[in-house]
Amino acid sequence: MLRRMLAASCAAVAAMTVTVGPAFACGGLIGPNGAVNLLRTTTLAGYHAGVEHYVTAFQFAGGGGAFGSLTPLPGVPSSVEKGGDWTLQRLVRETTPFRLEDTAFAAAPAAGEAEILMKVRIDALDVTVLKGGATEVGRWAADHGFRLPPDAPEVLDFYARRSPIFLAAVFDADAAAERGQAIGDGTPVHVTIPTTNPWVPLRILALGKTGDERVEADVFLLTDRQPALLPQPTGLNGMRLAHSAPASDELLADLRSDSGMTWVPGSGWLTKISLDGTADQFTYDLAIDASGFGTPSRVAAGFDLLPPPSGIDSAQQLAIVALLGAAALAFMTLARRRAVGLPAPW
Amino acid sequence: MRLVLVVALGVAVGLMALAAASPGARTTVEIDVRYSRFQPAAVRVPTGVPVTFVFRNHDPIDHEWIVGDEALHAYHRNGTEPIHGDRPTEVMLPAATTRTTTVIFAESGRLQFICHLPAHEAYGMVGVVEVIP
Repeated sequence: MLRRMLAASCAAVAAMTVTVGPAFACGGLIGPNGAVNLLRTTTLAGYHAGVEHYVTAFQFAGGGGAFGSLTPLPGVPSSVEKGGDWTLQRLVRETTPFRLEDTAFAAAPAAGEAEILMKVRIDALDVTVLKGGATEVGRWAADHGFRLPPDAPEVLDFYARRSPIFLAAVFDADAAAERGQAIGDGTPVHVTIPTTNPWVPLRILALGKTGDERVEADVFLLTDRQPALLPQPTGLNGMRLAHSAPASDELLADLRSDSGMTWVPGSGWLTKISLDGTADQFTYDLAIDASGFGTPSRVAAGFDLLPPPSGIDSAQQLAIVALLGAAALAFMTLARRRAVGLPAPW
Repeated sequence: MRLVLVVALGVAVGLMALAAASPGARTTVEIDVRYSRFQPAAVRVPTGVPVTFVFRNHDPIDHEWIVGDEALHAYHRNGTEPIHGDRPTEVMLPAATTRTTTVIFAESGRLQFICHLPAHEAYGMVGVVEVIP
């Protein structure tokens, strides 16, 4: 097993959100030795005019080969492009004004196959938007060198039952080195997703982690008005409301001036949620109701799930077949008796 | 016709009872793998006769089924074999596939079956075979 493990292609894996924090870093990467190196991550989820703007960054961690990440998305993106140069850093500065010295931003389909909706090359990052269930996406990931941890089947299914759209990002470390990128340099990615139901994937942050391992991340929300959230960040559930206030004109103007950020509205509400909990706390996502009705979706939060594709065992199947057979026979008997004018036998 | 109905219902009830009956020692064992778990995780088999195991891996990732005593599992926890395949007690379960193996358990006792791929045992891919006389 050990050799298999070491020989496993340099792929890493799957988690989502990416980036920042005092040292901007990428989301849950799993190295060839199976260790999870999840550092603090940061993401902006902006929602305006029925469109979710998801801005995150993938960090060059040095070395060679490729490292990957899978990000569940709430819908099919209309575009995936290079993100602004300093949007995430500006948000951190806005909400942690007294710790500026810490923000050393790391410059910071055939049947059974996932359908490839989009492929984009951003610097040394190969981004692919996939559509498919857990099996199809998992197979695609394996075929492309990702080594998924044992909780991946359940986590992928958790997302695929709600939205079978995934963004796979593979960091070509060799290409990054050739481009002169230094360890810690981030590649920002801006995903534009038309949707009426915005949510931010959180459970994926715990992918590959054991129950008591820490999950740390910062999630910024920029919405037209103060959003209603589910679950509410109580501080006891691994989520803490670190900032909630109208976005300043200065912030909005600054964000709007970054590349690809002209969508930023003239006014809005800035929310910052700090995640700091154990992996087993993050069994949910963050649902956002930005409509003003205050009704974030329990389904979007992952609290209410559709039933699995097949959750019955062979014994149950046998019992069901037997019952259906008896019912069909009884129905045929009744129909025949009625056809010849006889009363039902009961 | 009433007799036919009674017979049909009797057969149905019989099949349901058969399905619901607690498993005794069996010579064919079906094990599903879903969400990196063996289902069922405990089986009883007889000693000295061929027992066929049918594994259905529903997961999009590879697994393996290795049955044996603690010494064998200790070996595999630190093993270096890249693949298995020649031993009926060590079965590779590629993603989304069905595999079959037949094992004769010579002695009664309690053995574990475990997936030794990295982190899978710790995640809970462990089960028990009770071999009865």
